[in-house]
Amino acid sequence: MCKSNTYKTDILIIGGGTAGCFCALTLAENSDLKVIIAEKAGIKRSGCLAAGINAINAYINPGETPESFVKYVKKDSEQVIREDLVYSIAKRLNKVTEKVEQLGLPILKDDKGNYVKRGKRSIKINGENIKPILAGAVENQPNITIINKVNITDYIVRDAKVSGACGFSPETGEFITIYAKKTVCATGGAAGLYKPNNPNQSRHKMWYSPFNAGAGYAMGIRAGAEMTSFEMRFIALRCKDTIAPTGTVAQGVKVPQINNKGEEYVHKYGKPNTHIRLYATVQENKSGNGPCYLKTKGITKDQQKELFKAYLNMAPSNTLKWLENNSGPAFENIEIEGTEPYITGGHAGSGYWVDINRKTTLENLYAIGDVAGGSPKKYVTGCFAEGEIAAESIIRELAGPNLCTGPAAKNQGEFMCSHLQQHFDAKYSPYPAEKIEQKLQETMDKYAGGISEYYEYSKNKLDTAKNELQELFNLTNRLKAEDFHELMLIREVIDRLYVAKVLIEHLLARKETRWRCYQENADFPDKDDKNWLRYVNSKYENGEVKIIFRNLIGKDELYEHSN
Amino acid sequence: MSIQIDKNKCISCGKCRNICPGSLICADLKEKAFIKYPEDCWGCTACIKECPTRAIKFYLEEDIGGNGGHLYTSQEEKGCLVWHLVDRFGKEEVIKINRRESSKY
Ligand SMILES: Cc1cc2nc3c(=O)[nH]c(=O)nc-3n(C[C@H](O)[C@H](O)[C@H](O)COP(=O)(O)OP(=O)(O)OC[C@H]3O[C@@H](n4cnc5c(N)ncnc54)[C@H](O)[C@@H]3O)c2cc1C
Ligand code: SF4
Ligand code: SF4
Repeated sequence: MCKSNTYKTDILIIGGGTAGCFCALTLAENSDLKVIIAEKAGIKRSGCLAAGINAINAYINPGETPESFVKYVKKDSEQVIREDLVYSIAKRLNKVTEKVEQLGLPILKDDKGNYVKRGKRSIKINGENIKPILAGAVENQPNITIINKVNITDYIVRDAKVSGACGFSPETGEFITIYAKKTVCATGGAAGLYKPNNPNQSRHKMWYSPFNAGAGYAMGIRAGAEMTSFEMRFIALRCKDTIAPTGTVAQGVKVPQINNKGEEYVHKYGKPNTHIRLYATVQENKSGNGPCYLKTKGITKDQQKELFKAYLNMAPSNTLKWLENNSGPAFENIEIEGTEPYITGGHAGSGYWVDINRKTTLENLYAIGDVAGGSPKKYVTGCFAEGEIAAESIIRELAGPNLCTGPAAKNQGEFMCSHLQQHFDAKYSPYPAEKIEQKLQETMDKYAGGISEYYEYSKNKLDTAKNELQELFNLTNRLKAEDFHELMLIREVIDRLYVAKVLIEHLLARKETRWRCYQENADFPDKDDKNWLRYVNSKYENGEVKIIFRNLIGKDELYEHSN
Repeated sequence: MSIQIDKNKCISCGKCRNICPGSLICADLKEKAFIKYPEDCWGCTACIKECPTRAIKFYLEEDIGGNGGHLYTSQEEKGCLVWHLVDRFGKEEVIKINRRESSKY
């Protein structure tokens, strides 16, 4: 690879998305520290927020408290959460909401100036422009340097201490090494592990960002960081085809879910929490009562008009589909389906195992947002809160006597550069990266509980998946890149393989079924509170995933990492 | 589902290339934008909103219910985003959204 460039900074933030931008902003507004954001795309519209979002999903409305928020998350997530982390987020939700409103996010208010409730814990906004608003605020800060279009591939790490990261530009191929006193991982979750709903021309019409390929998890796994709860996958209930959110209709217009006989079915499957609404739909389909719908037929023309607008603000495909087919939700019910499984700590609990300050088990490395585990239902405002928590901790630490050791061995960056070079030196590829990705997705779909298996898995099937994955790993070393975009695709599929490998071990380790659909273990189909009110964690050591069980941590407990 | 870029309307400003969250848009030898990886498009419409000359349109493939229509946006009025949704016969529906106003749902 040709050119290379080295930077030195106080804080490196990997991923200029929701959490990364908010963290950078907090650092810049409260210290003189130098911050670099290294972003794979361009921060103006990168990550989950690209198209816009429909609501602030985590907010403490009047009548609710941070304590009641923790209770809700605990109940909805079947008790296995980090209450300490969720509580620390809950206490900051309203403050960070006010902050983003000051930056320019429109939030609906009543005559008295109070936010209008959408659900118990959510409020109404216009989220179409949220990412440009956030990015604009970051760009105004002189102490923040933004490096767009750099795909970070690995940490610079020695003896479990992180001193920066390196990567390359998918456009120019420039190799970049960034040394930092503190590194913050904010790369979001992982999509593209399973065969998607629309596997053909529209293969990327998925819910989660297909460009969040799990790099942050994979870098951490390779470096030996402890991970938690990968087995708590997230599967969304979405509009068929366009995979657009359903909450806008279900909560906004308040219509029920019905099966093809017109019956409201969710209550048949227990208390309608998030995963039960999905599970109920999957079961109705399985037993021949599908397809299932949101019963919108008959809503008023005004309601329909507002839905057209609401979808343009976050999932424009949906409005286009209605209008180009001369239809609309007032004329036909909206068919709904479950998506392929994702790994994300923003909706479910999978990610880095962190302490209350969002420090990972690797020294000088923090993790925030969807890449951080233990606190489901953090959503946008929870990601902001974690960005703020990490920033405050970093400021405290760097103000004190600076114990950071100097950068790791100088040639470490060069070593990694040569590692990437192998994909240009390869004589020919047996397959393009895209085919390996497809094979991975098919394997996971069939043998690790994808859509076609109604999300169920068993040990026998997972063992098959494990073998297939190993074959795919062996193939990746020989993949040839023709250009730097292709090199990025190769790195993405390698990262997805690491995430899938750890995911399979977590699915195997939890010998019960805790969350319907998310973790549907056919060998142990019931919930077992006696044995499984604990976390499944893991560490990657010498090519093996080592499983670690840990006891639940309560709301007011102070958890510290120890070896 | 993907985008189409009209080379005749493209003024080579590079905005769409910089904003695409998947870096899917490239420039040809004349610096005109083209979508190099159409099947990798997420449908976020970031590039459409960014284009100053309405050169980019977004469409749905038939595998997800597309029917030959498309959409593009314009920003004639300050603070507003105007959506133009066109069906396969060319009939256009215009929906204007004030960016300072919250969604009702
Ligand atoms: C479609 C969708 C709709 C949603 N709607 C809502 C909603 O209405 N309300 C709500 O509260 N929540 C919503 N959520 C959840 C919320 O958006 C996410 O939890 C949150 O945005 C995640 O923030 P993050 O910073 O962890 O990830 P992101 O914001 O995705 O940021 C990750 C960043 O890392 C970058 N990156 C990835 N890999 C690399 C790499 N190797 N090197 C460098 N950079 C990299 C990405 O490009 C991206 O910019 C929605 C999520 C999705 C996907
Ligand atoms: S934004 Fe529009 S005008 Fe600018 S390069 Fe892209 S297509 Fe061309
Ligand atoms: S719609 Fe989004 S993902 Fe598709 S090309 Fe445009 S910016 Fe890229």
